[in-house]
Amino acid sequence: MTTAAAWAEVGGAVNAEALRMQAAAENRRVLALASPGLILIALVLFLPMGWLFFLSFTGDSGFTLEHYRRMAHPAYRKTFTTTFEISFIVTAACVALGYPLAYLMSQIAERARPFLLACVLLPFWTSLLVRTYAWLVLLQRRGVINDWLIDLGLIDEPLRIVHNMTGTVIGMTHIMLPFLVLPLYASMKAIDRDLMKAASNCGATPVQAFRQVFLPLSLPGLFAGVVLVFVLCLGFYVTPAVLGGGRVVMWAMQIESNVALYANWGAASALGVALLIVTLAILWGMTRLFRIDHHLGRS
Amino acid sequence: MLSRPASDTQITHGNRLWLYLLCGLVCLFLMAPSLLVIPMSFSGSRFLQFPPESWSTQWYDVYFDSVEWRAATVISLKAAVLTTLLATPIGTLGAYGIHVSRTRLGSLLQVVMMLPLMVPVILIAVGVFFLYAKVGLNNSVTGLVLAHSILAIPFVVVTVSAGLKSFDMNQEMVARSLGASRAKAFLTVTLPQIRFSVLSGALFAFITSLDEVVIAIFVARGDSATLTRRMFAFLRDQVDPTIAAISTLLIAVSVVLLLVYALLGQRGAGGGR
Repeated sequence: MTTAAAWAEVGGAVNAEALRMQAAAENRRVLALASPGLILIALVLFLPMGWLFFLSFTGDSGFTLEHYRRMAHPAYRKTFTTTFEISFIVTAACVALGYPLAYLMSQIAERARPFLLACVLLPFWTSLLVRTYAWLVLLQRRGVINDWLIDLGLIDEPLRIVHNMTGTVIGMTHIMLPFLVLPLYASMKAIDRDLMKAASNCGATPVQAFRQVFLPLSLPGLFAGVVLVFVLCLGFYVTPAVLGGGRVVMWAMQIESNVALYANWGAASALGVALLIVTLAILWGMTRLFRIDHHLGRS
Repeated sequence: MLSRPASDTQITHGNRLWLYLLCGLVCLFLMAPSLLVIPMSFSGSRFLQFPPESWSTQWYDVYFDSVEWRAATVISLKAAVLTTLLATPIGTLGAYGIHVSRTRLGSLLQVVMMLPLMVPVILIAVGVFFLYAKVGLNNSVTGLVLAHSILAIPFVVVTVSAGLKSFDMNQEMVARSLGASRAKAFLTVTLPQIRFSVLSGALFAFITSLDEVVIAIFVARGDSATLTRRMFAFLRDQVDPTIAAISTLLIAVSVVLLLVYALLGQRGAGGGR
């Protein structure tokens, strides 16, 4: 009897081992379905990125750090300050305009919600170029806004609100706003509304309940939106190129002109690699911070 | 009306008045630019005014009569359709494989499939331009489609993964235990039930390619310029009313696609159970 039981046990173990291996093989076969996408991404994304990385360290006589050293040049430094300045202003403007809107969307009656959602989604789905063009038409010297302000007698001379920093910031804020509102709205909608009732039951005024209960719970969504907007701003090309009128040079435009105007691949690659590192570092930092946040929430 | 409660706490509509006003202004800020372009595109004069002093469809005639604009539109549509046809199956297969395997390698692959969204587009454009110069793909629709596809794949992966999460995989197991191969089980049981997610992904892929500018600026020059690339070139020089007409047409396309997307979302939510 004991030998039979032992044999059964061995047989069971062998069987389990075979099943496990079969499952692993099956897993590999299923994962292979992702290979066309991975091959395409490897060829069209990783290969050129690696190449740019290589070029950024290559000069006329082999290895060089010259392209990176040149980034300390005042002209480049100006580009970096402009880029970060615009990104900060646009992100702040998006928070100021987007937080109230997302809040109202999460609180308003069910039947009014589709209208607000449409106001965010329609621009989101409209071509970026079309929206940039619309702002050019609105803001130019003889444009709609200047015409109206003059007709109303508020100003005598047309304002210079395009082909400069102001126009760039207005246009970029318009384009980035949905990227902040959508994740923020999703996280606000997930907040349990009974919590606010409970706070009010415990004697909190509406302002207290908002500040001590709702606001902290909405912060992860706000943070995700802020990081997304900031990172997108850093590498933004089209809107500053059109609404900046050549006076506003951002990081991405510097890369473009190095390639298109000067065919300086080394400089363009170094700028690109630096942009990629900053972008990925911010995104990585966000995931780290969220994980810490998560643990704090658990404990 | 204003003294009625607006929420579960004691806030009234009157207390919220400032919020309604502020949000009204934000909505105006979001909607007005796109909406103002529509009436202005029917302007009778060379100058863009709002409201226009006279009306005409002359700028639409300019667009439809121009060989260059028509050619650019054809290239844009061709690239968008081909990108959709390439990115949708690739992204769907990827999302399915990653969802089924549930291994650590799988979640790593998911991150890799999302990477094209995290890399600044300007870098993809410069890199692809450099690569295509070596292999002779610059100014070709093939090159454009390949580059647009890697931008579109993440959107397809996200929408299809979401669809698979609300799908009960046991159904596929049942089909396979009854003798169907994995491919057959997927095609006859799973795919029909996640079809709205797949279609949403396809829609995203189409609009991604149609609206893309930066990559096109680099790899679609001269005769192979896309619609948006040509628009960009014109924007830098002058404010041409023809652009307003084309913009209106593009807004119409966006509205239609958004409505289809909303419809798919509803059907998907109802049919997924």
